[in-house]
Amino acid sequence: MVSYQRSCGSDQMKDVIHNAYNRTRTQRFLWNNAMVYILSLCALGILCILFLILFHLFVQGISSLNLNFFTHLPKPVGETGGGMANGILGTFTLLGLAICVGVPIGLGAGVYLSEYADQRFAQTVRFMADVMNGIPSIVYGIFAYIVCVLPMKGFSALSGGFSLGIMMIPMISRTSEQFVRMVPSQLREAGLALGVPKWRVTVDIVIPAALAGITTGIMVALARVAGETAPLLFTAFGNRYWQHSLTQPIAALPLQVFTYAISPFDDWHRQAWAGAIVLILMVFLINGWAQFYVMRRNRWTSGK
Amino acid sequence: MSRQDTSDIVFRRILAVFPISILILVAGIFYQLVSASLPSLHKFGISFFYNSTWDPVAENFGALPFIFGTLVTSFVALLMAVPIGVGAAIYLAEYAPPGVSKTISILVDLLAAIPSVIYGLWGIFVLVPCMRNNIQPFLGKYLGFLPFFQGPNYGVGFLAASIILAIIIVPFIISVSREVILAVPSVYKESAYALGATRWEAIFDIVLSYGRVGILGAVILALGRAIGETMAVTMIIGNNAVITSSLFSPGYTLASVLANEFAEADTNMYLSALIEIGLVLFIVSIVVNILARVLIWSVTKGPAEVIK
Repeated sequence: MVSYQRSCGSDQMKDVIHNAYNRTRTQRFLWNNAMVYILSLCALGILCILFLILFHLFVQGISSLNLNFFTHLPKPVGETGGGMANGILGTFTLLGLAICVGVPIGLGAGVYLSEYADQRFAQTVRFMADVMNGIPSIVYGIFAYIVCVLPMKGFSALSGGFSLGIMMIPMISRTSEQFVRMVPSQLREAGLALGVPKWRVTVDIVIPAALAGITTGIMVALARVAGETAPLLFTAFGNRYWQHSLTQPIAALPLQVFTYAISPFDDWHRQAWAGAIVLILMVFLINGWAQFYVMRRNRWTSGK
Repeated sequence: MSRQDTSDIVFRRILAVFPISILILVAGIFYQLVSASLPSLHKFGISFFYNSTWDPVAENFGALPFIFGTLVTSFVALLMAVPIGVGAAIYLAEYAPPGVSKTISILVDLLAAIPSVIYGLWGIFVLVPCMRNNIQPFLGKYLGFLPFFQGPNYGVGFLAASIILAIIIVPFIISVSREVILAVPSVYKESAYALGATRWEAIFDIVLSYGRVGILGAVILALGRAIGETMAVTMIIGNNAVITSSLFSPGYTLASVLANEFAEADTNMYLSALIEIGLVLFIVSIVVNILARVLIWSVTKGPAEVIK
């Protein structure tokens, strides 16, 4: 690898000259101009797909989106109307449970890696967190099924929240480590010079200074798991009524969109589109809020 | 002084629990998956991977049709997503003015943030009818001599699933290959200009050949996403365990069989076979991720903040 990169310069320059000699001047400049259009078309095509998806989503879903959708339970099959109030509440419940699992472990790991860990250990944990990020979400569902659903003998909100929570851990750990590391070392040294123990410096100075960044990381992780469906299929399972206990199956917005979309009923299809709008707005809003935090932070540091 | 030291050591010990729990979690997932799939591992052994029968009633399980489906859809999706994604990444990194590049990058991030169940919804109601009425008849008419574009046209199937997968993975390819392209030292490009190379020649001969290992890493990372993608594929692949050369045919993938059948698995052997499929997904995704990261690091010189 290293030898390849060292040799890159001269070998590749030979390629340039060689290729250029094999083409006429017109060919070379035609290609050069054509590629600008071809490459920008690639970018444009992807934007078109994004707008197409958002366009269909809003055109199809907006007609079914009314107050009832947010305040009513799903109606039995055959009756029109009803809403997904339980799904919306369920999603918030699951996200709350996920935060309880994901934030302490993720944040703790991030702070430890930045403030205390030696490099070898830190590299290993970072690498594992990256690998965890790449594990398909449905595998987390299976894991939660084995360790929560089987011992508890039933689908439950707790196991759904657990599966989402462990998905958040690697994301939060990576981002919070990054932001804690960005805290200027003068702040730490100033605290230590006053005779404050290191753990008090970490808790009272470093973490508050990095709080905006840490919050951003948590929000981004939250936005990512908010739309997850696969791990909930056999942990939270879904529920057509209000849920009264965390040990019972719970409804979730993405799950309801899935069940309604693959159902044979037209009215359910309309509701699925409406649910999808609410879901995507939720995800975009959480993401946008996170971006706002980052932007404010950037302005603060660049103004300094 | 000594009191402070004690409190520091205690705090450090307590905090160390969290990173260690990440390591334990990965090991624990592996252990639980292996131990839960032991009955199936013992009974079917290696034949699990080449047996093409999936019969829950007779308790005869072979994952070949699902492995086939996962490989076909991921491969076709890469075939579509890689040229477009890398092309867009080159445009963003080398051609677009900073403002345009930034706006497009934000929009691409937006595309990456859309939950996969929404892609599935869009796939069922927009893409599948379009495939059935326009795209697949067109392909059948003009490319029907190829075995890939023959057979009955349902709309749902390998091709529809591949297109959705391509849309889902394209943002990852763009953002990672953009980082890789930006990491190429500009000295090399400038020396190509000095030799009289056109802009495209400098990009194609210098930037792309310097960054090709990293771009390969981006592609493999995208492959990992494609293999594990569940909901969108489950909704439009048609759920039919077959091995066929036709891309029009409904199919099945590893992840979608889990999504469809896991909650209904009634016998221990059935459950165990499904968990073994999960184990396969787990191992494949870990191998693919490690490979991709090593390749990307070789270009960006170390674990930069490429992958979020």
